[in-house]
Amino acid sequence: MPDSMSAFFAMGGYAQYVWPSYVVALGAIALTSWSARSVLRAALAEARRAAVDGSEDA
Amino acid sequence: MDFTWFHRLGSPPYIYRLSERLAPWFGWSAAVLIASGLYGGLLLAPPDYQQGEGFRIIYVHAPSAWLSLMVYSCMATAAAVGLIWRMKVAHAVAASCAGVGAAFTAVSLITGMLWGKPMWGTYWVWDPRLTAQLILLFLFFGYMALRASYDDTSRADRLSAWLAVIGMVNVPIVRFSVEWWNSLHQSPSVMKLARASMPASMLVPLLLMLAGFTVFFLAFLSVRLRAEVLRREKHSAWVRETVANA
Repeated sequence: MPDSMSAFFAMGGYAQYVWPSYVVALGAIALTSWSARSVLRAALAEARRAAVDGSEDA
Repeated sequence: MDFTWFHRLGSPPYIYRLSERLAPWFGWSAAVLIASGLYGGLLLAPPDYQQGEGFRIIYVHAPSAWLSLMVYSCMATAAAVGLIWRMKVAHAVAASCAGVGAAFTAVSLITGMLWGKPMWGTYWVWDPRLTAQLILLFLFFGYMALRASYDDTSRADRLSAWLAVIGMVNVPIVRFSVEWWNSLHQSPSVMKLARASMPASMLVPLLLMLAGFTVFFLAFLSVRLRAEVLRREKHSAWVRETVANA
């Protein structure tokens, strides 16, 4: 366990390398999850439109 | 031998419903694994005797690098299954892998550069492992560009599948580069579990992060694959029923 909050954030002088790494990695997780969900929403909307058009044709 | 499971996996509605059921389980397990890995890696693991606190980059770098290779292998395997058995769902799996694979390949390169600067004194060297990992990124990009250049999904499936399968030769090159060539990159810390190169307080968070990233990929796939299957099957009866009931 780090001694204090400021020691934790300082990362023994490596803060400028450690924190951006975590931001990039966790950011990629957030971004890819968001993108998968929005692609699914778009595909569902498209499928609904296709279903409505299909039932009108029939 | 009974191959009904294989035929079931080839059925779009079965895969769609299976993914829908599994998605929350994968999502929450990934969240728990990654949260506990972060806690262990950032707060409980002791500083490294050589790299001090800087070594903590390993907890995001190694899982991203592992995921990039695992996702590529999944993509190439699914593409091969799609080519051999003409299984549409397999092509849909391959197509779902490319974006997330490219993202984590980029993360492994960026976090590697951020680790390289303080430890090696440079962000980048044309080292065998780094170069092969950069080629992996271009393989993902090439795969996506190739798919995007065809309107016809089944043509895009077949041609991009060949690229994915041929590009698979790069995966063992990345994996074994540090053993085959004299590399600046350190050798893997986890793969030699027999002679543990880390104390448990360092190793356990790393294993949690590796598992967390892997399960995250499954969670991603269970959402992204549903979109891919819906797009391909939007004129079929089961999709009409599914969206009518939703």
